[in-house]
Amino acid sequence: MDPLYDVELVAVTKRYGSTVAVDDISLRVPKGGYCCLLGPSGCGKTSTLRMIAGHEGISEGDLLIDGRNVTDLPPSARGTAMMFQNYALFPHLNCLDNVAFGPKMRGVAKTERHRRAREFLDLVQMGDYAARQPAQLSGGQQQRIALARALIMQPRVLLLDEPLSALDPFLRVRMREELRRLQRELEITFVHVTHAQDEAMALADLMVVMDGGKIKQTGSPAEVFEQPASAFVARFIGGHNVLPWKDSMIAVRTDQCSIENPAGAAGLKGRVSNVEYQGPTIRVALTTGDGLEAAAVLRDHVFKEHPVSTGDEVTLSWPEHCAHRLAA
Amino acid sequence: MSEPHIPRQNPIDARPWTFYALATLFGLYLLFLYGPMLVIYTLAFQGPNGGVTFPLVGVSLDWFRDVWRPGQMANIPVSFGRSMALASLVSLLTVVISVAGGLAYRRPFPGAGAVFYIVISSLVMPSLLVGFGIGLGFQFLGLQPDLFTSALGAQLTWTLPFGILAMFAVVNRFNRAWEEAATDLGASPWQRLRYVTLPILMPGILGVALSAFTLSYDEYARTTLTIGARNTLPLEIYALISSATTPMLFALGTLTTAVSFLLIGVTLAIVLHMQRRREWASLA
Repeated sequence: MDPLYDVELVAVTKRYGSTVAVDDISLRVPKGGYCCLLGPSGCGKTSTLRMIAGHEGISEGDLLIDGRNVTDLPPSARGTAMMFQNYALFPHLNCLDNVAFGPKMRGVAKTERHRRAREFLDLVQMGDYAARQPAQLSGGQQQRIALARALIMQPRVLLLDEPLSALDPFLRVRMREELRRLQRELEITFVHVTHAQDEAMALADLMVVMDGGKIKQTGSPAEVFEQPASAFVARFIGGHNVLPWKDSMIAVRTDQCSIENPAGAAGLKGRVSNVEYQGPTIRVALTTGDGLEAAAVLRDHVFKEHPVSTGDEVTLSWPEHCAHRLAA
Repeated sequence: MSEPHIPRQNPIDARPWTFYALATLFGLYLLFLYGPMLVIYTLAFQGPNGGVTFPLVGVSLDWFRDVWRPGQMANIPVSFGRSMALASLVSLLTVVISVAGGLAYRRPFPGAGAVFYIVISSLVMPSLLVGFGIGLGFQFLGLQPDLFTSALGAQLTWTLPFGILAMFAVVNRFNRAWEEAATDLGASPWQRLRYVTLPILMPGILGVALSAFTLSYDEYARTTLTIGARNTLPLEIYALISSATTPMLFALGTLTTAVSFLLIGVTLAIVLHMQRRREWASLA
């Protein structure tokens, strides 16, 4: 029977000496899914990825790839391929030989492996760069070569370690689209590590928020954004005010807050600390009397009707149904 | 009112007097370094009846020819051959051991510090004493000192610490992710070494090979007490200097310098070629 999941972590723990980097996590990534491991640095996301790849040993627990227990198998026997942070292209080989490296190690003859490497260079639109050395390429081009080099291994699962963090913001958005397109066309599972929540939201089918070696929340980007499981998740994915309200903590989206005070709406008094123009929206930040920080993101026409400026006394309010109670 | 006079020279562009003082000092240093050698190279072309000092009595290649003629005091061609053979072997062993050592030291292991200091300490031991000790040791064990036994060992005590230190610097710049990428792409440990690690480290390895070669090629102090009956070139030259002095010595010095420069030039060309291939973009 065909297994439902491409990657399955079962109670996986990673220890370095006495420190626990990954603490008893379980995760299932469906076939052909795009999974983003998201979290601040040191949260264990990279260790998790490297354990899936086989570059770190698993201290406890099991790892299944395509329904097969691969916990003790070497990287090349797992059906995974990894795209390294900063790409790790071989500096002494040209692009064609970089891409053909995997087949070469498997003993594929030169003409055949070069033919296949050209196919994969074409796939990532780098066909014209076959003879170039990696040092002659821009960051975005190097990334395409690294992608081709991993994809030629025809992996079940492609592992990407912060693949976009070395690129400038403009290129990042373009490569993001391209990664998603390739993943959809090739129908393979991507596991992508990032610390940027916008990247994870844009790409993921399954978003995994991690902190302190534990998984804090798993779900679609919409689920995570609309129903953050904890104050940490709400703060980390951004776009939320996390406030104490009526004996509990609530998260309320900044774009669902307003600065007026309609009858019956909840309210938080404070002083405007900053007004930021963002084009279609205006972000009004305020600080309450006891030092709490909150913000409202208003449509520009809404702001123009009742403009406020730094130092004004205002009330932050939100419709009651928009407040999302957080577990303690 | 007239404009105040403004000096045209921008004070930031002007060189301070210390520049000229230091430049003069450096010029004198170059003269001190290369002056005597230039004299030697010139006198090597002394005419057949000339002596070891100026003036030049005609110009000839006689003394170069003399070098190749086995003489009573010294046999230059044979000792040159020995020196080349010994230096090649020293260079090879230094490279193999230093590369292995450099790669080993990327991970901490028990006793790493102690082993490191033991390896490095032979740098600070007086060279003559090292040679003397090895010579005595061979005598004590009833072994005959020889070129490829005692002399080889004595020279390795000199080249290995340098090789290890150089490899530390080379390996330090090596990105582990390259090896992980190779493993990820299905390379066995041996393939990884053969197709990734060694090629990437190659410029540094060539540098270690070259420096080990030249250190061995002109080593005197450690070799003199461990060589046995068959002299290397520096020992033969020393024997020549202390016995007879003819312009042949200068011709010899000129030739050995040429050999050294040839070696350095070839190695440099190879390394530059490798680097140009890798860093073409940054050079262009």
